Amino acid sequence: MENIVIIGNGIAGISAARHIRKLSDKRIIVISGETDYFFSRTALMYVYMGHMKFEHIQPYEDWFWEKNRIELVRGYVTKVNPEIKQLLIDGSRALHYDKLIIATGSKPNKFGWPGQDLHGVQGLYSKQDLDLLEVNAPNKEVCKRAVIVGGGLIGIELAEMLRSRDIPVTFLVREDSFWNGVLPQGESQMINEHIKEHHIDLRLSSNLKEIVSDGSGKVKSVIVAETGEEILCDIVGLTAGVTPNVDFLKNSGIELGRGVKVNRHLETNIKDIYAIGDCAEQHEPIGNRRPIEAVWYTGRMMGETVAQTICGNKIEYKPGHWFNSAKFLDIEYQTYGWVFSEKIKKEHEEHFHWRHPKEKICITVAFNKENNQFLGINTFGIRMRHQVFDRWLTQEKSIDYVIQHLADANFDPEFYKKYEKQIIDGYNMDFGKSIKPKKKSLKRIFQIA
Amino acid sequence: MSTHDRSMALTGQPPKILSRNQKVATLLGMFGLAVILLAAFNVSFPNKGLWLTISLSAIFTGTLWFSWEAYSQKLPGIKNDGVWFKSISSKGFWGWIAGIALTGFYIVLYFFPEYLGLVKGGENKGIIALFDPLSKLLSGNPASQWFVYGTLYTVAILAFGIKFLWKYRHNSYERIRTISVMFFQTAFAFIIPELMARLNGDKILNGGSLPYYDLKNVWPLNYYNFEGYRIKGFLSSGDIGFALLIFGILSVFVITPILTYKYGKRWYCSWVCGCGGLAETAGDAFRQLSDKSVSAWRVERWVVHSVVVFVTLMTTAVIYSYLGTDTSKYWLTKSTFLIGVAVLLTLVFAWVMIFKRAQLQKDAQYGAIGYFVIIMALIGIHFFSGDGNVFLFKSETLRKSYSFLIGSIFSGVIGTGFYPIFGNRVWCRFGCPMAAMMGFQQRLFSRFRITTNGGQCISCGNCSTYCEMGIDVRAYAQKGENIVRSSCVGCGICSAVCPRGVLKLENGPLEGRIDSNQVLLGNDVDLMNLVNQK
Repeated sequence: MENIVIIGNGIAGISAARHIRKLSDKRIIVISGETDYFFSRTALMYVYMGHMKFEHIQPYEDWFWEKNRIELVRGYVTKVNPEIKQLLIDGSRALHYDKLIIATGSKPNKFGWPGQDLHGVQGLYSKQDLDLLEVNAPNKEVCKRAVIVGGGLIGIELAEMLRSRDIPVTFLVREDSFWNGVLPQGESQMINEHIKEHHIDLRLSSNLKEIVSDGSGKVKSVIVAETGEEILCDIVGLTAGVTPNVDFLKNSGIELGRGVKVNRHLETNIKDIYAIGDCAEQHEPIGNRRPIEAVWYTGRMMGETVAQTICGNKIEYKPGHWFNSAKFLDIEYQTYGWVFSEKIKKEHEEHFHWRHPKEKICITVAFNKENNQFLGINTFGIRMRHQVFDRWLTQEKSIDYVIQHLADANFDPEFYKKYEKQIIDGYNMDFGKSIKPKKKSLKRIFQIA
Repeated sequence: MSTHDRSMALTGQPPKILSRNQKVATLLGMFGLAVILLAAFNVSFPNKGLWLTISLSAIFTGTLWFSWEAYSQKLPGIKNDGVWFKSISSKGFWGWIAGIALTGFYIVLYFFPEYLGLVKGGENKGIIALFDPLSKLLSGNPASQWFVYGTLYTVAILAFGIKFLWKYRHNSYERIRTISVMFFQTAFAFIIPELMARLNGDKILNGGSLPYYDLKNVWPLNYYNFEGYRIKGFLSSGDIGFALLIFGILSVFVITPILTYKYGKRWYCSWVCGCGGLAETAGDAFRQLSDKSVSAWRVERWVVHSVVVFVTLMTTAVIYSYLGTDTSKYWLTKSTFLIGVAVLLTLVFAWVMIFKRAQLQKDAQYGAIGYFVIIMALIGIHFFSGDGNVFLFKSETLRKSYSFLIGSIFSGVIGTGFYPIFGNRVWCRFGCPMAAMMGFQQRLFSRFRITTNGGQCISCGNCSTYCEMGIDVRAYAQKGENIVRSSCVGCGICSAVCPRGVLKLENGPLEGRIDSNQVLLGNDVDLMNLVNQK
């Protein structure tokens, strides 16, 4: 019987394991040094905030793995030897594989800042990071101030976590507005305001110069590059992005770039070795996507794809239309298709932006100004229906059509205030049009004749 | 290994810390309760009306003040910080204390009302006497233990309802739903029946007496609605009484099925019902304690459906016992009634087995067949044996055991007393026959579903954790499936706590409602076709 070994029990590795089991009777072994069981990484924050216990963020009950004959091994893989198809766990235990799937995820970036390895300096990625945070910042007496470096999704999550325990937070963001490498200006500006509303000391255009030690190997303060200001703190959160976690593969003969290099079939340069999830790096980016996609959903899709390939049905990784979501403190964010920030958007991309005069609600719709084709939407504080936008993107609808039928795409809970009218008025005003809204139609939404 | 503070202190670090004002508010509420407790030990209050007002106001104000302190300084949004750190909401020390106190209260209420001051054939004493002024104001009669309970119940739903309204002030669905349960409790369960009691003996009722009737309390939750003494009461009370009886029957066979078809059972369970009302307001702090395991689900299915069978048998037996045999006196006789029950059950059973069998899991099919055979056999035995009892038992024995086991122990002592241990919907999930019957329809024949938003789920588990009915919502959402579960009461909290906007309660077409195929959008279409090849 074929021996499938998967390194990493995150969403990519576990999706692969589950789907291989659905399709075959192969022996499946999943190795993880992090935890015994699969958990939802994106939910770690809720454990620190007391919304859930760690057991709640494990999507399957413990009996699930044995019942589905997925063998779990605890340990770190230290070496892979493709020549004899063998790997070493914790430097000692050897394990043979017939097919190997690398799904080792990421690790927090460290850019060589002075003091980045002091006690009290940490990232937020793994279960170990969460446990460490409980040591470094259990409460506001032990941790009198926290400094977070890096204004992305993990940074704002960490800020929210620490604020839930009333710990004062200073948030150093390199850009002149929060996440504006990704978000268009109007949205980024609204999030800036919301961060401040939550009593987080947001410092824009601020880089970290160095982390200062208290003399005993523990962090004492950070120094801001632009102003030279010293900020006293007990913890420094490094949240300036992540890098593939592939150091253990150096010298294994597996081709590495920043991550494990793979082709569209998620195969590495060595036969029978595959890489999926955050740690995989496409030779050629797919469409507008980045070669490395450290996103929950893509990890899951790659896992499903590689399972097909391994079970004899070789197929390409073909992600459909881009989508993503996040939550910035109290504001939910969803995106469908592509909306680029002013910094990186192409010549033909134009935006329609609408923001509620009082509430923290806004949307940005991107379209091609040459042919009016709808390209994508960012939405803050309004939930939208994935299925509907996926269909509109496939059908290459025009922006006028999308604006006109926005009610079909609304996914807010019942009785919520609707904003389609104001949005259409704004659109008509901005672009000199006179579009009338179409009523929500269950027939169109659910595609019934 | 985590080394953070795990002390048992009442008020520790944020987010579980209580502010000074919250401590004072707690004291105020406790003072209100203490007045009632003192009354239990026969401390005689000089002016009962005044002291009752002081006591209830203190409880009410204490709760509101506490909640205001908790939410007013925060921005609108999900307020679950520290839920699993606080001992009251995580089965800690205070959780157990609250559970034991509540359970004790229910045991006294149901089985030892004399400790509350009930005196058979005499003047009330103790707590019940304290409530006499309010009762006399409403119905003109002295209070009973049930009036005391009803008053405290209503105060709890109103005070904690307002707390809930603040907590979810960003969510219109939760707000409107909560205003609805607060209204139905106050008007339908509390005030209207008391005022109706004033009509008793009046000529508008032809001098008859209506039974105490909470109009929104539908059989089989209201398992005694068709008992002999109540039917007599309805029939003796002129057109109004007759209309109420007809309403009681229509609400079972017409109103409930239509509303459940259109909106799911939530129209009742989380919008109207009193049990649901208490669970959603006072019980809200305990919703995360429900058991989400597959084994708990298995137990739930067997227990709750057994209660349905039990209540059906019991009610049939009770109605049978007071019907006559002579067709010339009244068209409905013992035999026609039993045959009618058998025909109705056969029709429902046949409809399910012919049209909806594919939607039931194997064990549900076996269960349905098993129960059907048992009921039919019992009816058959009755016809062929011809002794005085129906179903081999005395109807009175059946009624008494149901009332004791289900009506008192299950719905009261366990259902509410164990809120802080098993969560706030133990009764609704494991015991309520009304919920089970509507759930059966909801699963098979209703427009209601919780739609999963394509591929947006990140498996975080907030939905499952905060589902009071113990549904593992995430198990469906992460596969892109809609959630169509008979137990779902439609409280909407899964949708509220979802950080990624994945869940939406909605009424839509029946077609494609239960889509057990995996629809993970974002993935290449061909791949998903492959995944779904079984």
